[in-house]
Amino acid sequence: MFISGTSIIRKQTVIHKGALAFENKSVSLDDFLTGAYNYLSPEYPKFYKMDRLAQLGFLATEFLLSDFSIKQYSPESVSLVLSNAHASMDTDVRYHESSKTSSSPALFVYTLPNIVSGEICIRHRIKGENTFFISPAFDAELLAAYVDQVMMQPSVHACIAGWIDVMDSHHDVFLYLVEKEQRGLALPHTAEELTKLYR
Amino acid sequence: MEQLMADLKKQIIEALNLKHLKPENIGDDQPLFGDGLGLDSIDALELIVLLQQSYKVKIDNPQDGPTIFRSVKSIAEYIRANQTA
Repeated sequence: MFISGTSIIRKQTVIHKGALAFENKSVSLDDFLTGAYNYLSPEYPKFYKMDRLAQLGFLATEFLLSDFSIKQYSPESVSLVLSNAHASMDTDVRYHESSKTSSSPALFVYTLPNIVSGEICIRHRIKGENTFFISPAFDAELLAAYVDQVMMQPSVHACIAGWIDVMDSHHDVFLYLVEKEQRGLALPHTAEELTKLYR
Repeated sequence: MEQLMADLKKQIIEALNLKHLKPENIGDDQPLFGDGLGLDSIDALELIVLLQQSYKVKIDNPQDGPTIFRSVKSIAEYIRANQTA
Protein backbone atom coordinates (compact mmCIF):
# COMPACT_ATOMS: atom_id res chain seq x y z
CA MET A 1 0.00 0.00 0.00
CA PHE A 2 1.25 3.46 -0.89
CA ILE A 3 0.38 6.99 0.12
CA SER A 4 -0.24 8.88 -3.13
CA GLY A 5 -1.10 12.30 -1.77
CA THR A 6 -1.86 14.35 1.32
CA SER A 7 -3.75 17.48 2.30
CA ILE A 8 -3.51 19.36 5.58
CA ILE A 9 -5.69 22.19 6.88
CA ARG A 10 -4.35 23.75 10.04
CA LYS A 11 -4.17 27.33 11.36
CA GLN A 12 -6.26 28.50 8.39
CA THR A 13 -3.63 27.24 5.99
CA VAL A 14 -4.02 24.50 3.38
CA ILE A 15 -1.03 22.35 2.51
CA HIS A 16 -1.38 20.02 -0.48
CA LYS A 17 1.39 17.47 -1.01
CA GLY A 18 3.69 19.47 1.23
CA ALA A 19 3.20 22.80 -0.59
CA LEU A 20 1.17 25.83 0.44
CA ALA A 21 -2.12 25.77 -1.47
CA PHE A 22 -4.27 28.39 0.28
CA GLU A 23 -3.99 30.60 3.32
CA ASN A 24 -6.01 33.32 5.07
CA LYS A 25 -5.28 33.84 8.74
CA SER A 26 -6.80 37.30 9.05
CA VAL A 27 -10.46 36.24 8.98
CA SER A 28 -12.75 34.00 11.03
CA LEU A 29 -12.67 30.24 10.49
CA ASP A 30 -16.04 30.41 8.72
CA ASP A 31 -14.77 33.09 6.33
CA PHE A 32 -11.57 31.13 5.78
CA LEU A 33 -13.61 28.07 4.80
CA THR A 34 -15.77 30.12 2.41
CA GLY A 35 -12.61 31.71 0.99
CA ALA A 36 -11.04 28.31 0.34
CA TYR A 37 -14.28 27.18 -1.32
CA ASN A 38 -14.31 30.28 -3.55
CA TYR A 39 -10.63 29.69 -4.39
CA LEU A 40 -11.43 26.19 -5.62
CA SER A 41 -14.77 27.21 -7.20
CA PRO A 42 -16.15 23.66 -7.26
CA GLU A 43 -19.70 24.93 -7.93
CA TYR A 44 -21.21 22.78 -5.19
CA PRO A 45 -23.77 25.01 -3.42
CA LYS A 46 -24.48 22.37 -0.78
CA PHE A 47 -21.15 23.38 0.74
CA TYR A 48 -22.87 26.43 2.27
CA LYS A 49 -25.30 24.19 4.15
CA MET A 50 -22.62 21.99 5.68
CA ASP A 51 -21.31 22.38 9.21
CA ARG A 52 -17.64 23.19 9.78
CA LEU A 53 -16.62 19.55 10.17
CA ALA A 54 -18.17 18.67 6.81
CA GLN A 55 -16.79 21.81 5.16
CA LEU A 56 -13.28 20.95 6.36
CA GLY A 57 -13.62 17.38 5.10
CA PHE A 58 -15.07 18.57 1.82
CA LEU A 59 -12.27 21.09 1.23
CA ALA A 60 -9.46 18.75 2.31
CA THR A 61 -10.76 16.11 -0.10
CA GLU A 62 -11.10 18.66 -2.91
CA PHE A 63 -7.44 19.62 -2.48
CA LEU A 64 -6.37 15.98 -2.05
CA LEU A 65 -8.04 14.97 -5.30
CA SER A 66 -7.34 18.19 -7.20
CA ASP A 67 -4.70 16.53 -9.37
CA PHE A 68 -6.14 13.02 -9.47
CA SER A 69 -9.47 11.63 -10.63
CA ILE A 70 -10.75 9.14 -8.07
CA LYS A 71 -13.45 8.26 -10.63
CA GLN A 72 -10.93 6.06 -12.43
CA TYR A 73 -11.82 3.56 -9.72
CA SER A 74 -15.29 2.10 -9.44
CA PRO A 75 -17.37 3.70 -6.65
CA GLU A 76 -17.44 0.41 -4.73
CA SER A 77 -13.65 0.04 -4.78
CA VAL A 78 -12.90 3.26 -2.88
CA SER A 79 -13.10 3.31 0.93
CA LEU A 80 -13.08 6.06 3.51
CA VAL A 81 -11.54 5.80 6.99
CA LEU A 82 -11.73 8.97 9.08
CA SER A 83 -11.09 9.86 12.69
CA ASN A 84 -11.13 12.77 15.11
CA ALA A 85 -11.21 13.72 18.79
CA HIS A 86 -14.25 15.97 19.13
CA ALA A 87 -16.75 13.93 17.07
CA SER A 88 -19.49 16.45 16.09
CA MET A 89 -19.23 18.43 19.34
CA ASP A 90 -18.67 21.74 17.53
CA THR A 91 -22.10 21.43 15.92
CA ASP A 92 -23.67 19.68 18.93
CA VAL A 93 -22.96 22.78 21.03
CA ARG A 94 -24.32 25.13 18.37
CA TYR A 95 -27.45 23.01 18.02
CA HIS A 96 -27.92 22.94 21.79
CA GLU A 97 -27.64 26.73 21.92
CA SER A 98 -30.02 27.22 18.99
CA SER A 99 -32.58 24.85 20.49
CA LYS A 100 -33.14 27.29 23.35
CA THR A 101 -35.02 29.51 20.88
CA SER A 102 -35.73 27.25 17.90
CA SER A 103 -34.46 23.88 16.75
CA SER A 104 -32.89 24.00 13.32
CA PRO A 105 -33.42 20.76 11.35
CA ALA A 106 -30.54 21.74 9.03
CA LEU A 107 -28.19 22.00 12.02
CA PHE A 108 -29.54 18.85 13.64
CA VAL A 109 -28.62 16.63 10.67
CA TYR A 110 -24.94 17.43 11.28
CA THR A 111 -24.95 16.31 14.92
CA LEU A 112 -23.15 13.10 14.01
CA PRO A 113 -19.44 12.95 13.14
CA ASN A 114 -19.80 10.55 10.23
CA ILE A 115 -21.99 12.95 8.28
CA VAL A 116 -18.75 14.38 6.90
CA SER A 117 -18.05 10.91 5.47
CA GLY A 118 -21.42 10.95 3.73
CA GLU A 119 -20.80 14.39 2.26
CA ILE A 120 -17.42 13.28 0.86
CA CYS A 121 -18.94 10.06 -0.50
CA ILE A 122 -21.79 11.94 -2.21
CA ARG A 123 -19.42 14.50 -3.73
CA HIS A 124 -16.99 11.89 -5.11
CA ARG A 125 -19.44 9.03 -5.67
CA ILE A 126 -17.66 6.77 -3.22
CA LYS A 127 -19.61 3.65 -2.25
CA GLY A 128 -16.97 1.51 -0.54
CA GLU A 129 -16.68 0.74 3.14
CA ASN A 130 -16.48 3.76 5.41
CA THR A 131 -15.55 4.03 9.06
CA PHE A 132 -15.20 6.88 11.55
CA PHE A 133 -13.07 6.47 14.68
CA ILE A 134 -13.08 8.75 17.72
CA SER A 135 -9.76 8.84 19.55
CA PRO A 136 -8.11 11.35 21.92
CA ALA A 137 -5.42 12.27 19.41
CA PHE A 138 -4.26 11.44 15.89
CA ASP A 139 -3.48 7.72 16.00
CA ALA A 140 -1.11 6.74 13.22
CA GLU A 141 -0.89 3.13 14.39
CA LEU A 142 -4.68 2.72 14.31
CA LEU A 143 -5.06 4.29 10.86
CA ALA A 144 -2.15 2.40 9.33
CA ALA A 145 -3.39 -0.94 10.65
CA TYR A 146 -7.08 -0.44 9.85
CA VAL A 147 -6.57 1.06 6.40
CA ASP A 148 -4.16 -1.76 5.50
CA GLN A 149 -6.82 -4.25 6.56
CA VAL A 150 -9.43 -2.51 4.41
CA MET A 151 -7.05 -2.32 1.45
CA MET A 152 -6.28 -6.03 1.68
CA GLN A 153 -9.75 -6.77 0.35
CA PRO A 154 -9.34 -7.61 -3.35
CA SER A 155 -12.28 -5.37 -4.26
CA VAL A 156 -10.75 -2.25 -2.68
CA HIS A 157 -8.26 -0.26 -4.76
CA ALA A 158 -8.05 3.08 -2.98
CA CYS A 159 -8.85 4.61 0.38
CA ILE A 160 -9.13 8.18 1.60
CA ALA A 161 -8.12 8.27 5.25
CA GLY A 162 -7.05 10.58 8.01
CA TRP A 163 -8.05 13.02 10.71
CA ILE A 164 -10.69 15.81 10.59
CA ASP A 165 -11.12 17.60 13.89
CA VAL A 166 -12.78 20.91 14.71
CA MET A 167 -13.93 22.59 17.91
CA ASP A 168 -14.69 26.31 17.91
CA SER A 169 -11.84 27.96 16.01
CA HIS A 170 -9.45 25.04 16.56
CA HIS A 171 -9.19 22.86 13.48
CA ASP A 172 -6.80 20.12 12.47
CA VAL A 173 -7.20 18.17 9.25
CA PHE A 174 -4.85 15.62 7.73
CA LEU A 175 -6.16 13.52 4.85
CA TYR A 176 -4.27 11.13 2.66
CA LEU A 177 -4.96 8.88 -0.30
CA VAL A 178 -3.81 5.26 -0.23
CA GLU A 179 -3.57 3.14 -3.36
CA LYS A 180 -2.31 -0.33 -4.11
CA GLU A 181 -0.18 0.94 -6.97
CA GLN A 182 2.72 3.35 -6.63
CA ARG A 183 1.72 6.82 -7.81
CA GLY A 184 2.15 10.43 -6.77
CA LEU A 185 4.11 10.66 -3.52
CA ALA A 186 4.42 6.85 -3.55
CA LEU A 187 5.33 6.70 0.13
CA PRO A 188 4.98 3.47 2.10
CA HIS A 189 1.75 3.33 4.11
CA THR A 190 3.22 2.86 7.58
CA ALA A 191 2.54 4.40 10.98
CA GLU A 192 6.01 5.94 10.93
CA GLU A 193 5.37 7.65 7.60
CA LEU A 194 1.93 8.86 8.71
CA THR A 195 3.41 10.31 11.89
CA LYS A 196 5.98 12.22 9.86
CA LEU A 197 3.41 13.49 7.37
CA TYR A 198 0.95 14.55 10.09
CA ARG A 199 3.47 16.77 11.90
CA MET B 1 -47.95 40.76 -1.55
CA GLU B 2 -44.86 42.02 -3.39
CA GLN B 3 -43.22 43.07 -0.11
CA LEU B 4 -44.08 39.74 1.50
CA MET B 5 -42.49 37.82 -1.36
CA ALA B 6 -39.39 40.03 -1.19
CA ASP B 7 -39.12 39.40 2.57
CA LEU B 8 -39.61 35.66 2.07
CA LYS B 9 -36.79 35.48 -0.48
CA LYS B 10 -34.38 37.11 1.96
CA GLN B 11 -35.54 34.87 4.81
CA ILE B 12 -35.28 31.71 2.70
CA ILE B 13 -31.70 32.57 1.67
CA GLU B 14 -30.78 33.25 5.30
CA ALA B 15 -32.58 30.26 6.83
CA LEU B 16 -31.45 27.74 4.22
CA ASN B 17 -27.88 29.04 3.86
CA LEU B 18 -28.28 29.71 0.15
CA LYS B 19 -25.34 32.10 0.18
CA HIS B 20 -24.70 31.58 -3.51
CA LEU B 21 -28.06 33.22 -4.31
CA LYS B 22 -29.44 36.74 -4.13
CA PRO B 23 -33.14 37.50 -3.68
CA GLU B 24 -33.39 38.63 -7.31
CA ASN B 25 -32.16 35.19 -8.40
CA ILE B 26 -35.35 33.59 -7.05
CA GLY B 27 -38.39 34.00 -9.29
CA ASP B 28 -41.82 34.46 -7.70
CA ASP B 29 -43.14 31.36 -9.48
CA GLN B 30 -39.87 29.42 -9.64
CA PRO B 31 -40.23 25.89 -8.24
CA LEU B 32 -38.31 25.64 -4.97
CA PHE B 33 -37.82 21.86 -5.01
CA GLY B 34 -36.69 19.41 -7.66
CA ASP B 35 -35.20 20.99 -10.74
CA GLY B 36 -36.04 24.50 -9.56
CA LEU B 37 -34.01 25.80 -6.64
CA GLY B 38 -33.01 22.26 -5.70
CA LEU B 39 -34.21 22.33 -2.09
CA ASP B 40 -34.49 19.05 -0.19
CA SER B 41 -36.56 17.54 2.63
CA ILE B 42 -34.45 19.15 5.37
CA ASP B 43 -35.03 22.52 3.71
CA ALA B 44 -38.76 21.81 3.84
CA LEU B 45 -38.50 21.37 7.62
CA GLU B 46 -36.60 24.66 7.86
CA LEU B 47 -39.37 26.36 5.87
CA ILE B 48 -41.98 25.01 8.28
CA VAL B 49 -39.97 26.43 11.20
CA LEU B 50 -39.61 29.75 9.33
CA LEU B 51 -43.35 30.05 8.78
CA GLN B 52 -44.11 29.24 12.41
CA GLN B 53 -41.54 31.61 13.88
CA SER B 54 -41.76 34.58 11.54
CA TYR B 55 -45.43 34.47 10.57
CA LYS B 56 -47.08 32.36 13.28
CA VAL B 57 -48.48 30.17 10.54
CA LYS B 58 -48.69 26.40 10.99
CA ILE B 59 -49.20 23.70 8.40
CA ASP B 60 -51.86 21.42 9.84
CA ASN B 61 -51.87 18.85 7.07
CA PRO B 62 -48.36 17.70 5.99
CA GLN B 63 -49.82 16.54 2.69
CA ASP B 64 -50.37 20.19 1.79
CA GLY B 65 -46.60 20.82 1.97
CA PRO B 66 -45.77 20.28 -1.73
CA THR B 67 -48.53 22.70 -2.75
CA ILE B 68 -47.67 25.35 -0.17
CA PHE B 69 -43.92 25.17 -0.79
CA ARG B 70 -44.14 25.01 -4.57
CA SER B 71 -42.82 28.58 -4.94
CA VAL B 72 -42.30 31.83 -3.06
CA LYS B 73 -45.62 33.03 -4.42
CA SER B 74 -47.50 29.97 -3.13
CA ILE B 75 -45.91 30.38 0.31
CA ALA B 76 -46.90 34.05 0.39
CA GLU B 77 -50.46 33.18 -0.61
CA TYR B 78 -50.65 30.56 2.15
CA ILE B 79 -49.36 33.06 4.72
CA ARG B 80 -51.92 35.68 3.64
CA ALA B 81 -54.74 33.14 3.78
CA ASN B 82 -53.81 31.70 7.18
CA GLN B 83 -52.19 34.50 9.16
CA THR B 84 -54.34 35.82 11.96
CA ALA B 85 -54.56 39.59 12.10
